[in-house]
Amino acid sequence: MPNHVSFVEKYLPYILIAPALAYMLFFIGYPLAEGLHLAFTVNGVFSLQNVEYLISSPFSKFWDALTDTFLLVLVIIPIQVAIALGLAMLFNMKFPARHVALYLVILPLTISDVAAGLIWYSMLSANGFFNKILLNIGLIHQPIYFFGYQYRPMEFLAIVITEVWRATAIVFVILFAGLQMISRDHIEAAEVFGATPWQRLRYIVFPMLKPSLQAALLIRTLFAFQIFGVVWVLAGRDIPILAGEAYYEQVELHHTGVAAIYALIIAAISISIGYVYIKLFKAQYLEEGR
Amino acid sequence: MVDVHLKGIVKRFGKTIAVNGINLDIRDGEFIVLLGPSGCGKTTTLRVIAGLEKPDEGRVLFGDRDVTYLPPRERNVSMVFQSYAIWPHMKVYDNIAFPLKIKKFPKEEIDKRVKWAAELLQISELLDRYPHQLSGGQRQRVAVARAIVVEPDVLLMDEPLSNLDALLRVKMRSELKKLQRRIKVTTIYVTHDQVEAMTMGDRIAVMNKGKIQQVGRPDEIYLRPANVFVAGFVGTPQMNFFDATVEIKDDEIILDASDFKVRLPKDYLPVLQEYNGKTVIVGIRPEHIYPEGHAPTTAKKLSWVEGTVDFVEALGSDTILHLNTGSMILVVKISGSHRYEIGSKVKVALDLSNIHVFDKESQVSLLYKRQRGVQ
Amino acid sequence: MVESSIVRYYLRKLVIAALVIVVVVWVVTPFIISMLYAFSSKDDYYSPNIIIPIHYTIQHVKMLLDLGATQAIINSVIVAVITILLSFALGLPAGYAFAKFAFKGKDSLKLLIIGLRMFPILVIAVPLVTLYIRLGLNDTLLGVALAHTSMALPFVIIISSSIFAGVPKELEEAAMIFGLDRKGAFFRITMPLALPGLAAAAIFTFIMSWNEVFIASVLTLTHRTLPAFILTSAMAAPDFIKFAAGFIMILPAMIFVFIARKYLITMWGITLK
Repeated sequence: MPNHVSFVEKYLPYILIAPALAYMLFFIGYPLAEGLHLAFTVNGVFSLQNVEYLISSPFSKFWDALTDTFLLVLVIIPIQVAIALGLAMLFNMKFPARHVALYLVILPLTISDVAAGLIWYSMLSANGFFNKILLNIGLIHQPIYFFGYQYRPMEFLAIVITEVWRATAIVFVILFAGLQMISRDHIEAAEVFGATPWQRLRYIVFPMLKPSLQAALLIRTLFAFQIFGVVWVLAGRDIPILAGEAYYEQVELHHTGVAAIYALIIAAISISIGYVYIKLFKAQYLEEGR
Repeated sequence: MVDVHLKGIVKRFGKTIAVNGINLDIRDGEFIVLLGPSGCGKTTTLRVIAGLEKPDEGRVLFGDRDVTYLPPRERNVSMVFQSYAIWPHMKVYDNIAFPLKIKKFPKEEIDKRVKWAAELLQISELLDRYPHQLSGGQRQRVAVARAIVVEPDVLLMDEPLSNLDALLRVKMRSELKKLQRRIKVTTIYVTHDQVEAMTMGDRIAVMNKGKIQQVGRPDEIYLRPANVFVAGFVGTPQMNFFDATVEIKDDEIILDASDFKVRLPKDYLPVLQEYNGKTVIVGIRPEHIYPEGHAPTTAKKLSWVEGTVDFVEALGSDTILHLNTGSMILVVKISGSHRYEIGSKVKVALDLSNIHVFDKESQVSLLYKRQRGVQ
Repeated sequence: MVESSIVRYYLRKLVIAALVIVVVVWVVTPFIISMLYAFSSKDDYYSPNIIIPIHYTIQHVKMLLDLGATQAIINSVIVAVITILLSFALGLPAGYAFAKFAFKGKDSLKLLIIGLRMFPILVIAVPLVTLYIRLGLNDTLLGVALAHTSMALPFVIIISSSIFAGVPKELEEAAMIFGLDRKGAFFRITMPLALPGLAAAAIFTFIMSWNEVFIASVLTLTHRTLPAFILTSAMAAPDFIKFAAGFIMILPAMIFVFIARKYLITMWGITLK
């Protein structure tokens, strides 16, 4: 019996972790395999029919979805990172009611993409807050239309605004946490030795914040490629995106194979980004040190 | 290099008052130490001088330049931080060169000065390393090199030695002091370590509860403490304190502590006259109490007390006796190693020329008060 | 010289305050406006001159609830609760193992969990449909909850591990010296101390599931969760119904986050100095 006890003791951590890990691996591994199967077989035989549909069918918006998704990511991410960085710097200073302000600013963390879309619809619709304000001030005489196929650039803008409003908070939180890890002394030392606020940012904060910046960038980029709810609520298929097309092909058209390809593409993009991240970036001084 | 004047500095953090009305004049080229227990406001005072904190009241003057509201970069100060604050992403060379680069020195000049500072602190061979490859002592040297490389008007040091191990601390103490003599920069040094303060400071400002208790040369602080706090804070073991009633009969002054009486020489008459019949606090350092046979020949005026040995600390170089005199404990420090049996009776002499008397209410030294009155 | 430095000092403070106000207004205004509009009377909303509605009604919210939102809310709660139960049952032991044991491969395993958290979980939805049809789980709340669990699990593991690690090892060791076994020490010492943090983690798991729309929309047809219901049904409705939908969606998140606001910040590793 003592043997049995020591066996359990020895493998206890593995036993505790195994169920969770098995669950995760099944729920990710099985769908990936099944996805490949769905994508490249028709009636149990290997086939590129789904790929052909995806690429060349007039019903497929694949190329638009691909470019629009990348375009959204390219526009949204830099804005979010810039704002989040500024916010993190701002909140790293001392001012009255900082805790309350901080709590308010990260509130959007808890908001779903669908709800965020609806909230900004109330702000930007023709009878929305934004238009009413501008009309009443007299800046405009006709409402600015953000929604509808003929206003696609404005829809794009509305999506960008909503995403910046909703998801900047997560970037901010990561950067702020990173900023707080930088000892105050390091920044104050630069201050004492004559650095202007800009120089402190450029030479001290920015390099030391690099790991957090990379983490925030990675997480935000991964999620940005999965953008769905906001776009679907604000623009529907006017601005096609990868996840939206997957949803449409699956739920509306029942093209499960095509939807599976979309899913695989999103997965492939995410995995490549993660890979590039691990390969390319690493804060040099952290790598060399502990 | 410049003289520094603090005029009525007050700094509050919320409801707590960190610095409560500090006035201090620091001479050009002087090494002054702010000494006090943690939370006494010494670091806050230093940060106010650096410009990292703005005082709520009062002014900071560098020479006749009012710098109270100037940001640190316009003050030409340098600082050695307690944590060193060596930037981890820069090599040692770049760390030291940073203040020069910011001030846009030409490249050759930067190189020259960095090498000068590195040589002065004996870290020339470390210039190419990253901070994490350095030991604590080496980082400390880098921090100092970085602080002196710009030839600041004022050099500020915030407990720079507290993170070093004991041996290194002793070594750096003298090195820092020598370095300061060489470059003659006005230096303000914050520490809670009285030995550091005594060995390094030209003058010491002892602080407690946001106020300066006394400013003076190390020997003044030791020999003529201004109040009970300074007397108790400086010196190990701590000064003995006991309450005593003053009795003046004819020409005789007697301090009546319940366990024993001390007959004071006439010199004390002018100071104690008005305290006749009142209670005062008497203080005497353990090293100014001598057991029989240990009194130095120079000590002339002695007052004898008998007690029982309660506890003995044998330190090798010194022996510390805890003597029970009935209702209180007298701590006695004897130089050298001596054996005492616990419970045995020992007669000791209080050196009356080194006795301190404090007002019971204000805790201010009566002798010091008189001195200042004379000045 | 002195005067100008004082002016600059206070100017700086003013700029900071102004920036903070701008940021807070930018974040908070849409919340307030959307809530006001959710209860605005129809006429006030369509009147171009009324910016802040004057007349309020709960009619829109009521209409939405009658249209099927009530059932969708119930469905969402069921899915979220099952998700919490499953992800905690699976995740807490793993979190505890990461926090309290030293073992071979710990770092790699932890990295794997973090990596899995990065995985775009919505891509599993489409292939899961075929599996669920075979298993009879398609269009069931359990099916959605199972998928949500795989989304929440890495979060629960990572958070619970940091919560358990926050309970000093000495406390458990002391309990073991005074006669408890490891299990007893866990349930009598570690668990009670970790409970508030775990409650907060449960709240965030709830919100995660409550907010998820893609998987829920793909995996259900008649048993919609609230976001799926809104996405498919409410989008064609008039504007004020949409606002009511937005309000119903954010309300529980707001309430829960207010309860757990202390943890909203610490949950992300931020400590305020």
